[in-house]
Amino acid sequence: MFNQEVLNELIKALGKDKVLSDREDLIAYSYDATAAVPRQEPDVVVTPTSTEDVVEVVKIANRYKLPIYPRGSGTNLSGGAIPLQKGIVLTTWKMNKILELDTDNLVATVQPGVVIQALNDEAMKHGLMYPPDPGTVSTATMGGSVSECSGGLKGLKYGVTKHYVMGLEVVLGSGEVIKWGGKTVKNVSGYDLTALFTGAEGTLGIITKILVKLTPIPEAKKSLLAVFDDLDKAGNAISDIIRHKVIPATLEILDKVTIGTVENFTHAGLPTDAEAVLLIEVDGYKEVVEREAPIVEKVCRDNGAVDIKVAKTDEERDKIWFARRNALPSLAQVKPALVLEDATVPRSKIPDIIKEIRKIAEKYNLLIGTYGHAGDGNLHPTIVIDPRDEDEVQRMHKAVDEIFHAAIGLGGTLSGEHGIGIGKVRYLPLEFGEAGVRVIRRIKEALDPNYVLNPGKMVLREE
Amino acid sequence: MSIYTSLDAVSEYVLNCTKCGNCQAVCPIFKEMLYEVAVARGKNSLVEVLLDGKAELTEGMAERFSLCTTCMACVANCPNAVPSDKIVLAARAEAVRRRGLHPIKKVIFRTLKLQRLFDFGMKVGSKFQGVALKRIEGKHYGARMRFNIGLGKEKVFPNLAAKPFRSQYPTVIKVDKPKMRVAFFTGCMINYFYTDMGKAVVDVLKVNDVEVVIPPDQGCCGIPASVNGDVPSAKALAKRNLKAFEEMGADAVIVSCSSGGTAWKHVYSELLEDEPEYKKLADKWAAKAYDINEFLVKVVPFKKEGLGRVERKVTYHDPCHLNRGQKINKEPREILKSIPGIELVEMKDPGRCCGMAGSFSIVHPDLSEKIGSKKIADIAGTKTDTVATACPACRLQLHSGVVNAGLDHEVVHVMQLLAESYAKGSMAAAAK
Ligand SMILES: Cc1cc2nc3c(=O)[nH]c(=O)nc-3n(C[C@H](O)[C@H](O)[C@H](O)COP(=O)(O)OP(=O)(O)OC[C@H]3O[C@@H](n4cnc5c(N)ncnc54)[C@H](O)[C@@H]3O)c2cc1C
Ligand code: SF4
Ligand code: SF4
Repeated sequence: MFNQEVLNELIKALGKDKVLSDREDLIAYSYDATAAVPRQEPDVVVTPTSTEDVVEVVKIANRYKLPIYPRGSGTNLSGGAIPLQKGIVLTTWKMNKILELDTDNLVATVQPGVVIQALNDEAMKHGLMYPPDPGTVSTATMGGSVSECSGGLKGLKYGVTKHYVMGLEVVLGSGEVIKWGGKTVKNVSGYDLTALFTGAEGTLGIITKILVKLTPIPEAKKSLLAVFDDLDKAGNAISDIIRHKVIPATLEILDKVTIGTVENFTHAGLPTDAEAVLLIEVDGYKEVVEREAPIVEKVCRDNGAVDIKVAKTDEERDKIWFARRNALPSLAQVKPALVLEDATVPRSKIPDIIKEIRKIAEKYNLLIGTYGHAGDGNLHPTIVIDPRDEDEVQRMHKAVDEIFHAAIGLGGTLSGEHGIGIGKVRYLPLEFGEAGVRVIRRIKEALDPNYVLNPGKMVLREE
Repeated sequence: MSIYTSLDAVSEYVLNCTKCGNCQAVCPIFKEMLYEVAVARGKNSLVEVLLDGKAELTEGMAERFSLCTTCMACVANCPNAVPSDKIVLAARAEAVRRRGLHPIKKVIFRTLKLQRLFDFGMKVGSKFQGVALKRIEGKHYGARMRFNIGLGKEKVFPNLAAKPFRSQYPTVIKVDKPKMRVAFFTGCMINYFYTDMGKAVVDVLKVNDVEVVIPPDQGCCGIPASVNGDVPSAKALAKRNLKAFEEMGADAVIVSCSSGGTAWKHVYSELLEDEPEYKKLADKWAAKAYDINEFLVKVVPFKKEGLGRVERKVTYHDPCHLNRGQKINKEPREILKSIPGIELVEMKDPGRCCGMAGSFSIVHPDLSEKIGSKKIADIAGTKTDTVATACPACRLQLHSGVVNAGLDHEVVHVMQLLAESYAKGSMAAAAK
């Protein structure tokens, strides 16, 4: 139970300036970027600046059986940062130091509140980069993106967050601090807890330090845009590119609805009669790019692309990416709220899932723009709704339900990169059965028996 | 229903904020405070609960609404085009309606104090400078407050003008064969502090065969009142200015400060929405209001012949309300680039707010200072000798920052450089 005593203890442990308890401040921690989920104001917000601060907070929370909700920038799309059961929101914004950039071992050590782009800016000074780049790269924190195992545009060639996390410092639900992993490429000591905490959505521990791998910035890149009048042809092209042993850094798709919506709002002259547009970027050494780009171009043509554009200048590259950049903003102009799903299927099933989504959109009379990381099989069917229209909200929920079933039916997963959070918890048995859910629960209870950490997300107490 | 008369006017805007968080990447206040209420979506969420009737508009809430420079950086970076600056303005006006002037008494109090100080200073002249302000050693220009009246002792103020700008000039400044007759809205800062800027504007217009009238009854633009929610005062000032300009008549109104431009182009029409007579007048003048840079590029293209060499390395700071507020950023650069001898070096992020934001720096002097210091670091990185901008408020902030950082830059309005170039040109011609 939260009361004045808890507040006093927090202030005593952290100092007054690290504790917020005015209602006017709490209101602004009742949400994250997720649409159509409940909001809740926390009892108190703390802004620790060190691991020791975090330990103090966890101890106090345990003593008073108060939940803690870790929070980075609150940009996740699964309700992960919402303090469902009130309690304490722990924001990491003030733990924002890059502790080390080790160019000999190509690793960086950061505090969790470092914004992804800030790490990239620093790495860039040494010709290095941290590849995972969610759409929120200039706002999302490292702690949040490690906890969601964020992906992004470069997943196909460079992988996602979990491929870069080499070590973590974590404060457990008990207040104990553990360090796992390290700078070595090889490390098989014990269970791979680094992997376990990556993507744990703040339910198992609070990450206080992150050790990540960096890679050299590629020397050159080249972008292409290919227009298809048939979804299956676009789908074949995607698989065919890979079959030709070219792994593009980025391979994105926009469906007809998305193209039409972007064109409607930007009048940029996009091919609105196209069934699909592929956006492809290859990168690497100049020589490699010069060899790969023509292969991609040829494959697209052989698979029946009706138009292909290859960017020769930065300006042309910008033009090619225009539609992709404007997908979300344009859909947002249609109606006030966006439900961004991220159902993911094997790459070869992209045409099937797009067709399924279209059927679902028709059935429930919804506008669903589908676009996303085709190379990863990771699509973002984006449903535009007016939250004041209750009937539409109901139809949206039913559509989401069917999209999940469709993705699993095609051998895919509920979530490629946005996380389980609140909304997808009840679908987990669909993906790995009741036994799978029990395993997650046992892991949770082993590490956080009191359900202090981010309760209500990913894993629920046995009913 | 305008944002100045009802909070309901922004309900649709608030609904469109999807809480995506993109505003965090650019909000200058957020970057300093790292705290959710400081960023646009946080303030939007407060307005949301107010509109839903789930919270009272407390003094604490009004204080949170003061955390915004209305720089519009969030608006430009928002995928949903939510005008969060307008939401804040509406919330501030609502706060004054519900709670009286109470929440902003601090601002008014300090502004009044400052104004009395100025008026007093104007009367006793240079003696005042020594009493209130401490001259900065070795600098030809500027002084720090001797006592802290809530503005922070660090802010460096320009010297008060010996005589206000408007009393230095006749009402009508004639030229031979005028192409146009324009009315110059000077704004307070030019009138009291930066008479050199005002002079440059007049000189440049004269060179370009434009007759200038300076309506004597003009006053404060009203923006300091409107941004703090003091709508009645803002309305009174809007009417006063409209009347003053209507009496004189002119083909255009020329402004050289970004708040004045915003006032004439947008705010007067919004403020006076429910008074049809005045609304008509405001719309009429809005249609012929121009920033001086815009005017010289788009309306009466400035003369390229007669420009003399100005040997300076210049970097340009975009005033928020000129750049994002009026979409004017190419024009000042075009002018600078056409002056022989000037090398324009862009700073990193020239459009980032300098932190002045008029009365914001009075309410939050420390924050204003911190935001400013980022700008100054960017300026230092350009290795230039001159900072040009197009707004006297930005000029004050940038100058103060430059002095405090020990840099040697001169901080001027674009028009001062253009006037300098014309002057050098005519000197060169005379020498021949
Ligand atoms: C417009 C938009 C585009 C997006 N595009 C992408 C995309 O392309 N790819 C993608 O993968 N995602 C994307 N996202 C989702 C989101 O940006 C990512 O999930 C992001 O990594 C979240 O980071 P955050 O700092 O905002 O974390 P938050 O939202 O604050 O938190 C996310 C989760 O992590 C937990 N957490 C935060 N910090 C810690 C910590 N230190 N220790 C333990 N747990 C912690 C929280 O409790 C929560 O459960 C997008 C979101 C938006 C709004
Ligand atoms: S960027 Fe716009 S929509 Fe996104 S949170 Fe900020 S104000 Fe809201
Ligand atoms: S207008 Fe500027 S200061 Fe105000 S919320 Fe937006 S970005 Fe922040």
